[in-house]
Amino acid sequence: MDKIVNNKIKLEFLSKGENVALARITIAALVSQLELTLNDLEEIKVAVSEAVSNAIIHGYRNQPEGIVTLIGILAEETIYLEIIDQGIGISDIEKAMEPAYSTDPERTGLGFVFMQSFMDEVKVESKVNSGTKVSLTKKINTENKNRAVS
Amino acid sequence: MSLILNSKKNSLIVHVGGDFDLVSANEFREKIDQSLEETLCQNLLLDLAKATFIDSSGLGVILGRFRKIKANDGQMIIYGPKPAIKKVFEVSGILSLMPVCNTEEEAWKILEKKTFKGA
Repeated sequence: MDKIVNNKIKLEFLSKGENVALARITIAALVSQLELTLNDLEEIKVAVSEAVSNAIIHGYRNQPEGIVTLIGILAEETIYLEIIDQGIGISDIEKAMEPAYSTDPERTGLGFVFMQSFMDEVKVESKVNSGTKVSLTKKINTENKNRAVS
Repeated sequence: MSLILNSKKNSLIVHVGGDFDLVSANEFREKIDQSLEETLCQNLLLDLAKATFIDSSGLGVILGRFRKIKANDGQMIIYGPKPAIKKVFEVSGILSLMPVCNTEEEAWKILEKKTFKGA
């Protein structure tokens, strides 16, 4: 990354459902250091929630002993997020990212759709039995005056 | 998440407060399913006015309940979501499946219309 890093956090937590809220609140607090709209803030929270939920549900198959790593970087007007697990990995990333592809009828299969809709860039790197890294990027339009924090 | 449930006119009314994510989705599913069985209500009105967040886990259990209600020839209506939640609904396509309106009063009107049509 060539850009100037203004702030960076790294958080590691167990793959427990309760930590999905922890992850999105942490990232919300971090990105609120930028001048962003409430809309942007809400969208980032959804994207983080999806990526961390995926790590817990799919990466670690709901086993609470796994470690999820969350990295958040603010660089100029861009937010870079990484959600990393050392879980089972994804054998077919393309298929996993298909809308409404889910192995569970109580799930929508829209996790990646939300990440793609709400962030500018979504990158997935995965290796079976080794883990998955989801990288999310969002550029903030600082011209909007409807700020989330004052 | 907080859940307040009551029933009226063959309809279960569920008031959701707080964040609707992976953890609260399980609680929501269990409580609603149990209540639908106990009350034998056919319709479901979902009040999201006090819901602060939703992701695909929350959406999944809403859709799961929608399928159940439909299978029992009932109606499901959502009312009061904040703009951020409505945006998630828009992206998901859920708006083409069930009515989403602003107030409980509107929800009852839609329900009465739909029930009348179906009769």
